Amino acid sequence: MNFDLTEERQMLQDGLRRYLRENVTPEALNAATDSQTGHSEAVWEGLTEMGVIGALFSEDDGGFGGAGFDLSVVFEEMGRAGVFEPLLETGVLAGGLIAALGSDAQKEMIEEIIAGKVLSFAHGEPRARYDLNHVETKAEQTAEGWTLSGTKTVVGHAAIADAFVVSARTAGDAADEDGISLFLVPADAEGLSIRDYPMNGGGRAGEVTLDGVTVPADALIGEAGKAFPEIEKAAARATAAISAEALGLMETIRELTVGYLQQRKQFGKPIGKFQALQHRMADVLIEIEQARSAVINLAGHLDSPRAERERHVSATKNLIGRAGRLVAEESIQMHGGIGMTQEYALGHLAKRLTMVDHRFGDTDFHLERFIRLSAA
Amino acid sequence: MDLTYTDDQKAFRDEVRSFLAEKLPKRLSDKVAGGKRLTKEDYEEWHAILNEKGWLGVTWPKEHGGTGWDAVERHIFEEETTRAAAPRIVPFGLNMLGPVLMKFGSKEQQAHYLPRILNGDDWWCQGYSEPGAGSDLASVKTTAVREGDHYIVNGQKTWTTLGQYANMIFCLVRTSKDGKPQEGISFLLIDMDTPGVTVRPIVLIDGEAEVNEVWFEDVKVPAENLVGEENKGWTYAKYLLTHERTNIAGVGFATSALSNLKRIAGLEQSGGKPLIENPFFAAKMAQVEIDLMAMATTNLRTIAAAAAGNAPGAESSMLKIKGTVIRQEINALTRQAVGPYAMPFVSEALDEGANVSPVGPDYALPATQSYFNNRKLSIYGGSNEVQRQIISKAILEL
Repeated sequence: MNFDLTEERQMLQDGLRRYLRENVTPEALNAATDSQTGHSEAVWEGLTEMGVIGALFSEDDGGFGGAGFDLSVVFEEMGRAGVFEPLLETGVLAGGLIAALGSDAQKEMIEEIIAGKVLSFAHGEPRARYDLNHVETKAEQTAEGWTLSGTKTVVGHAAIADAFVVSARTAGDAADEDGISLFLVPADAEGLSIRDYPMNGGGRAGEVTLDGVTVPADALIGEAGKAFPEIEKAAARATAAISAEALGLMETIRELTVGYLQQRKQFGKPIGKFQALQHRMADVLIEIEQARSAVINLAGHLDSPRAERERHVSATKNLIGRAGRLVAEESIQMHGGIGMTQEYALGHLAKRLTMVDHRFGDTDFHLERFIRLSAA
Repeated sequence: MDLTYTDDQKAFRDEVRSFLAEKLPKRLSDKVAGGKRLTKEDYEEWHAILNEKGWLGVTWPKEHGGTGWDAVERHIFEEETTRAAAPRIVPFGLNMLGPVLMKFGSKEQQAHYLPRILNGDDWWCQGYSEPGAGSDLASVKTTAVREGDHYIVNGQKTWTTLGQYANMIFCLVRTSKDGKPQEGISFLLIDMDTPGVTVRPIVLIDGEAEVNEVWFEDVKVPAENLVGEENKGWTYAKYLLTHERTNIAGVGFATSALSNLKRIAGLEQSGGKPLIENPFFAAKMAQVEIDLMAMATTNLRTIAAAAAGNAPGAESSMLKIKGTVIRQEINALTRQAVGPYAMPFVSEALDEGANVSPVGPDYALPATQSYFNNRKLSIYGGSNEVQRQIISKAILEL
């Protein structure tokens, strides 16, 4: 047994933590939240210069990582700092799908992605909730290529994406796994429109409407109708990433809360002297350790056979959802009124942590799925 | 044992219902039911309607223009108005200051302020909490120094709910540093237009600015604005808090939040079926409903005891804890129910007549906002930890 990071990953973690600590202040996060782009260009540039996006891709694809533990190292630090850069959308989802299924010509884009080009994965739909197989957007083959029509919802960082990987149905019914295809669609394609809006916990997203968007035949990524297994795998990797981000958020929340319990005095003594709060804090610490183990479990099983991998996806996401809610709610409670304010860093971190449960399936979704996968 | 209301109480319920059906503007109930943002004018409009009927001072005796209702009647009124989605009665003047003035205020103060509260001439806010005080109110530091016929007030108050709308604030101020911390506190009424008063909004995690910081810098307050005796303010403050803790269980709020949750869970689809049929979600919803059914009865038992003249003791702390935990659980389930649409934050969509449509279903944005906003329920009014201390102290007698 060895739970230590490799030397390379340790260096990546140290470098990232130092960079983010020095460059991301609560004021900078607030400014990024309020900005039109919904992220910090300076931080994004810093991350690309450090080569962080390359850590999300394998050497074969032009990166220097790509394994589960590379994802977890990077995203834990993103969570620690509370940043909301388009790393998941561009590096794990859109970029990951291109790496997995793309033609040689399409894969050339990965180099640009590593250099900072922003892509997003337009997959969620109004009636899909968390079902990855629910795709109603249609793609029809034409003489020029493909024509896409449909609505994609809560597409992360949509307004700043240069292009989208769009899922669309080329065969079958709304909930079939078979018949889902992926297309590379430039953001300025005719018929594509975006309603851009801010998100709880920072960052922006958009509703992407495709109204007869025509793309050439070579915009198809991989084989027509066969994309679902790779979508599921990309979602597994994204779940590992966002779970690690949640863990990083919990770590910073823990630091803030411990500091507060030590410093804040009430009834003549530090509030951390009250047993009621000591026990709550102990429960929070236990759950954070559980969360760390769950993240390790998933990161270590991303390349396992499907059944084993997906069981870990659901186990981890369920636990992260439960631990995340406990940590967010308890930390606000232990902070009292100050924890309710937008100005103090905790509010932002707790909101981000709470919102993790609304991505890639919530606690109930994954509890039910875990039971189903375990019975299979 | 009789779990039903008397005929008189049932008749009263019918009277309240028909009044609401006739007089509660649909524009207001639509806003409340839809989780939209209420303006100062909205509250004032509803207060004026209630005042015209003589139903605004629900905790007040008749001689001061109140309803003279007993605890059961107040409960029925509360339940019906919540069910009908009426705006809440802003409690600071009516339920907090009013009773204090009636019991401890001078005849002049009563004659001047009480009618103004009912008429809506004054909007009061509460100056209790301070940075560093929290649930430890006896540690207030804002000072009031007597100079001739005035007090000079310096200090800072915080968490002043709707202070941005208020023209008057009632404050706990320190007039003496001798003795125990509780002994040197006085209860002072301050006109917010006095030079030296500054109000600064605090934006909370739901993005709303419903609370404020209030700063006092050499604020000159006439000595006649002192309520009762100097240095006896702690007694009045505690009396006020017992009134603040009326309707602490929030059964009406929980009931309407639960029916909203069920409506949403019926509309949302999960795995091709309504979410309300999902066994995992349905189990959680059922459990909170079971808790609520029992709490509603605990609440009625406390109310019945109060109506019979027994002062509530630890029961109000129990209701505070259980009531807030239940409401927060319903809020969490509602946030969960809306799925990915819990994430967009289009604040402008909460304004009446906004030119911005919500993202996804119209119930999604208020679901997330309420969840974050109601984290406050277990913090304010004496945190739930403090309430647990009160309960265990009463039982353990150690």
